[in-house]
Amino acid sequence: MSETSFSDAAAGNGAATEAMVDVRSVRRTFQRGRTPVPVLKDLTLRMEKGEFLALMGPSGSGKSTLLNLIAGLDRPTGGEVIVGGSEIHRLSERKLAGWRARNIGFVFQFSNLLGALSAERNVAVPLLLTSFSARERRRRVDIALEIVGLSDRGKHRPRELSGGEQQRVGIARALVNDPMLLVCDEPTGDLDRATSGEILDLLVALNRDHGKTILMVTHDPVAAERASRTLHLEDGRLADCGHDGTVVVPVHEPAGAAV
Amino acid sequence: MSSFTLISAALRRKKTRTFLTFSSVVFAFLIFGVLSMLQTAFSMGAEIANEDRLVVRHRVSLFQLLPQSYEADMEEIPGVVDAMHMTWFGGVYQDPSNFFMQSPVEPAEYLDMYPEVSVPEEAKLRWIETRNGAIAGRALVERLGWEVGDRIPIQPTIWRQDGRGDDAWEFELVGVYDADVEGFDQTQFLFRYDFFDEARSFGRGQVGWFMVRIADPDRAPEIAAAIDDTFRNSAAETKSESEGAFAAGFANQVGNLGLIVTSILAAVFFTILLVAGNTMAQSVRERIGEIGLLKALGFTSSRVQRLVLMESVTLVTTAGFLGMVLAVGLERVLRPALAAYFPGLFLRPEDLLLGLGLAVVTGLVVGIFPARRAMRLETALALRRL
Repeated sequence: MSETSFSDAAAGNGAATEAMVDVRSVRRTFQRGRTPVPVLKDLTLRMEKGEFLALMGPSGSGKSTLLNLIAGLDRPTGGEVIVGGSEIHRLSERKLAGWRARNIGFVFQFSNLLGALSAERNVAVPLLLTSFSARERRRRVDIALEIVGLSDRGKHRPRELSGGEQQRVGIARALVNDPMLLVCDEPTGDLDRATSGEILDLLVALNRDHGKTILMVTHDPVAAERASRTLHLEDGRLADCGHDGTVVVPVHEPAGAAV
Repeated sequence: MSSFTLISAALRRKKTRTFLTFSSVVFAFLIFGVLSMLQTAFSMGAEIANEDRLVVRHRVSLFQLLPQSYEADMEEIPGVVDAMHMTWFGGVYQDPSNFFMQSPVEPAEYLDMYPEVSVPEEAKLRWIETRNGAIAGRALVERLGWEVGDRIPIQPTIWRQDGRGDDAWEFELVGVYDADVEGFDQTQFLFRYDFFDEARSFGRGQVGWFMVRIADPDRAPEIAAAIDDTFRNSAAETKSESEGAFAAGFANQVGNLGLIVTSILAAVFFTILLVAGNTMAQSVRERIGEIGLLKALGFTSSRVQRLVLMESVTLVTTAGFLGMVLAVGLERVLRPALAAYFPGLFLRPEDLLLGLGLAVVTGLVVGIFPARRAMRLETALALRRL
C-alpha cells in the first residue's frame, strides 16, 4: 500500500486552536519616486492552524502584498509578522529563504513548471535545498504526486500535460517539503470552471485530510466559497473589520469550518 | 537530481539559441587552436634554439658571404667551443614549388653542432666516403618520395658549377636524418662543403653564416660582442646573436606574428563575449519569473547567482573544450600533411591548457552580469512576471 503523507503527524489535523499566522499592526509602504504609497495600513490578522482562509479584494487592495509578507517574500514597513511561531519580520534575507524552503509551499496562478524537466523532476526542485537522501527524495516525490493524483504522469513533460494537470504538478511541488503553510495566489485564475473545481477539491482535501493550513488569494467568489473563512481587503485594510483592524468578522462559515 | 539538472534545463529552454551560441564558441576556440599552431610553427626556431649556440652572419645581410677562414679565428676566441659554417644554396628540385632548404656543410662538424640530429652510423660513413653524398630530413624524404641511393638533381639559381653552365648539381642521397626535438626542421637537404667548394664557379672559400657553440650560455652577449670586435673594420664585418634571437628575427620577416595572432584572437574573443553575453542576458531576462519562483521556493540570492554563473561557465567551457578537441583533431590531420612545409605545426600542451583556462574565464566574464542581475532581483517583483 502506498503512502499518502510525509509524516505521521501531518495527516488528520483538523483542530484549529493554535495561531499559524499572527499579523500585528502591519504597515507596508512602497516608495514611488519620492512619494510614499501606503498599501497595507495597520492591518491585524490571525489565522489558525488547519484553517483554509480565502483573501479577496479588488486589484490594488493589498492582497498580494499581505500574502508576500505572510509567505516571507517581503518585509513590513512596520508591525510584526509571526508565522508558525517565528517572527519572520526579524529574519535576514538568507534566513528567510531557508525558512521559506522549510515551511511554505507556493501555488501560483500559472504552474510555471520548468519545461525541460519531467513532472517528477519539477516536483523535486524544492528538495535540492534539503539534505534528504536520494531515496527519501524519491519517496517524497512519489507521495506528492500520489496526493495530487498524478502518480502515473511523473515522467511526462509539462507540455504533455493539461492545464489542470500542470497545476496539480505545481501543487505537488508545493507539498513535497511538507510545509506548514500553503500559500496560493489565484490558483484557479488560469483554469476553466471544471478544472478549477478539481483544483479546489484538491485544496479542500489537503486542508481536510492532510491538515494543511491554506491561505488563498482569489478574485473568484466561487473559489472563496470553498474556503473555511473569507476575508475582504479594501484599500489596505480588512473590510470586514472595525477601523482599528483587530476584530475579524468572517463573511461566512461553512459547516465544520475552524475559526 | 542536482543543481546541474536546473542548469541543463535552463540551457535546453531555447535550444536553437543555445546551439547557435555554443557553435560560435566552438568555432572561436577552433580558431584559437589553429592560430596557436601557426604561431608555434613560425616561432619554433626560436623555441627550440639552443642557448649555447650563436649565429654569426655578415653585418649587412644573411646573403652576404663571409670568409670560411673566420671559423678558425672564432675558435680562438675565449669561450668559443666550436664553430661550423653553412651556406644558402637556393637550388630547385624539379619545380620551384618543391621548396626546401639546401646547404653545404662539413658532415662531422654539423653533427657535432646539432646533437639533436641523428643519422644512422652506416649513413654517416657513406656520407664521408661519397663526395656528392647528401642527407635529407625524414619529412622531406617522405614528401618527395625519395629513397636512399637515389640521385637527386638540383638546378642551381645562385651557385653554378665551374664550366658547366646551368647544369644541375647531382647529389646521391646517402641517408635520412631524424631529430629528437619536437619541431626541429626535418626538411633540410645537406651535402658536403668540400664537393661544393671545389665545383662552384665563384666564391670559393666563402660561406653564408657560422654556427658557434659557446661554453657558457650566460656569456653569450659578451662572446657575440667579442666575435664582432674581432672582425670589425675588416672587409666582411659580422653580426653575432643567439640562435633564438636569429630565429625570431627570421620569423618576424613575415610580420610580427605574435601581435597579429593576438589581435585576431582579441577580436574573436571580444565577439564571443558579446554573443555569449547577449545570450545569457537574454536568457535571464526571459526567466525573471522563473528565477523569482526559485527564490520563493527558498533558493538564496547567492545560490541563484551561482546557478546562472555555472550555466554560463558550462555553456562556454563545454563549447571551448569541444573547440580545442576539434583543434587537436585538425592538428592530427594537418601535422603529417604539412610537416614538410611547417615542421613546427603542432598544438602545444600549454596552448591547450591556456585554451581551457580561457574558456573558464570567458564563461565567468560572460555570466557575471546576468548572474548579478538574477541575484539582485526582488522575489516579490520577479514573481509578478510569472
